[in-house]
Amino acid sequence: MTGDPLYLDGVDLVDVSIMAVKVLVAFTFLLVATMFMVWFERKLISDMQNRIGPNVAGPWGLLQTFADGVKFFFKEDLRPENADPLVFRLAPYISAVTAFLSFAVVPIGGSFGGGSSGTVTIFGRETYLQVADPPIGILFLLAMSSIAVYGVMLAGWASGSKYPLIGSVRASAQAISYEAALGMATVVVVVLAGTLSTHGIVAAQSGGFTRWFLVSSGIVPFIVFLIAATAELNRPPFDLVEAEQELVGGFHTEYSSIRFALFFLAEFMNVITMSAIMVTLFFGGPAGPIFFGMTWFWPTIWFLLKVLAFLFVFVWFRATLPRLRYDQLMHLGWKLLIPLILFWLMFISLKELRATYDWNWVVTYGAAFVALAIGGSLLVAALRAGDRAYQEELEEV
Amino acid sequence: MGYLNGFKVTFLKLFEERVTTEYPKEKRPKPARFHGRHVLNRYEDGMEKCIGCELCAGVCPAKCIYVRGADNPEAAPVSPGERYGYVYEINYLRCIHCDLCVEACPTEAITESKLFEFSFTNRADAIYTKAELVVDDEGLPQRQPWELWHDGDDLATSGWMRATASSGNPDYQNRISWSGELGYGVRDPEIGQHLSNVRDEADVPEGQYPSADSGDHH
Repeated sequence: MTGDPLYLDGVDLVDVSIMAVKVLVAFTFLLVATMFMVWFERKLISDMQNRIGPNVAGPWGLLQTFADGVKFFFKEDLRPENADPLVFRLAPYISAVTAFLSFAVVPIGGSFGGGSSGTVTIFGRETYLQVADPPIGILFLLAMSSIAVYGVMLAGWASGSKYPLIGSVRASAQAISYEAALGMATVVVVVLAGTLSTHGIVAAQSGGFTRWFLVSSGIVPFIVFLIAATAELNRPPFDLVEAEQELVGGFHTEYSSIRFALFFLAEFMNVITMSAIMVTLFFGGPAGPIFFGMTWFWPTIWFLLKVLAFLFVFVWFRATLPRLRYDQLMHLGWKLLIPLILFWLMFISLKELRATYDWNWVVTYGAAFVALAIGGSLLVAALRAGDRAYQEELEEV
Repeated sequence: MGYLNGFKVTFLKLFEERVTTEYPKEKRPKPARFHGRHVLNRYEDGMEKCIGCELCAGVCPAKCIYVRGADNPEAAPVSPGERYGYVYEINYLRCIHCDLCVEACPTEAITESKLFEFSFTNRADAIYTKAELVVDDEGLPQRQPWELWHDGDDLATSGWMRATASSGNPDYQNRISWSGELGYGVRDPEIGQHLSNVRDEADVPEGQYPSADSGDHH
């Protein structure tokens, strides 16, 4: 299937069985990883808060998630009288299914350096270590993360209760605000890689640490992506969607039993997927040194280690940062991240264009500087005016 | 980098020692003045100390104590005085273990053991009467099937009473103002309360009690 992601040459039994094995492995891996992630988060955050955390179910409490899952299954499944029956049932599945689907396009292994193009041989066929490699991989990821918002939005709306509704309104506003920054940070990577395929993006980063887009895009897109991703995941410090102190449980207040478990699952699965996407976009995916000639083994290990590092970072955020106020959230998103990444995107695009068409250095950057000066001062003036109006409004109150 | 200092704090917490005691598995030693389940004490000759004055019932903020006094039968007196407590009940569904009853008692009749792990399944078990509260013939608290006793929980039952006795006051230092208990006799004062007139200084283990001079508050 290498180089033929859409199966234009037809499908035979081997293709189907390879795909079935891949889907099964990815599904199982993601479920087990989610189970481990819940345990990891609880254990790590308790360590950061001088507590012990779960330690009764299994060795070091490893089976805690399993115990929770069994408990969820046996809980009564409640549906409020005012809830919309169909949408109320549908919403958790939208969340969970999109969380699964996003992971399908992430390459989790394969050696990319030194002439090899990240393929492994299974059943005599060369294939990528990812479930699917559509030519529009990145667009697919963004689409899935947008559809996931529907899960939250519909859950809150269908509950027929006010707190979930407020939570889901917050969720959609937050997702729209940060999706812009997230998308533009991704576009920077796409501009550098010259492809939308996730496999192509990883391949473009092969050949050493300095080729990683973390470095070659100048670290800013990564930081913007990390912040925007945290907001997209509704994780602290951006967890206004389920702010316990104000909204009980936010969008999932009215959910119980296995439906709540699906939301819970989707949330943690999204954390893993988002970490995997960050590794793919900025950290060279499975890139890393290979020892003892085991080319199929080391890339996957490096990939998992990088993902683990990001999982740690997300828990670290939660342990450290207090929740933002709603206006601070909007301020950060619209007045800081979006202008910053917009500027960076323009700069990177210009740099690539100049390199492609061999434009004159002085003219190109001179024009860019003038445009930046005019645009920047207009933007600053607009922000100042906005702030003044806001202050006056505050004083009137 | 004020924004990032918090990350250092939370990261360093990873390597700090935990202070949690995993309770049912490990149990911390209890302090000498621990407030647990009550006992009704007896004098060294076996007479009950309670005189049925109801001061404990009066002071109880949770209203969990019920006492009725009666005149001592002349042929076989229960307590050395004129009257004795012939009904004495404590409702442990109400008791908050404040030990105000212990402080109010004029005869040191009611004190508290260190037992706190007891769990009854019906109201009748929760209401302790004289049959359960009075110490046995060795001066030890009686054990009920639903109580979980540990070594030493039943020994120093009068710690809080002695700590709040007038001997704790500097003006009454070196004077023991409590009576003897069945099975123990007159108990020694706590660390920090002077022993000089109780027994020979040479008997005091090294370092256990401060010397008589250093604690002279007069």
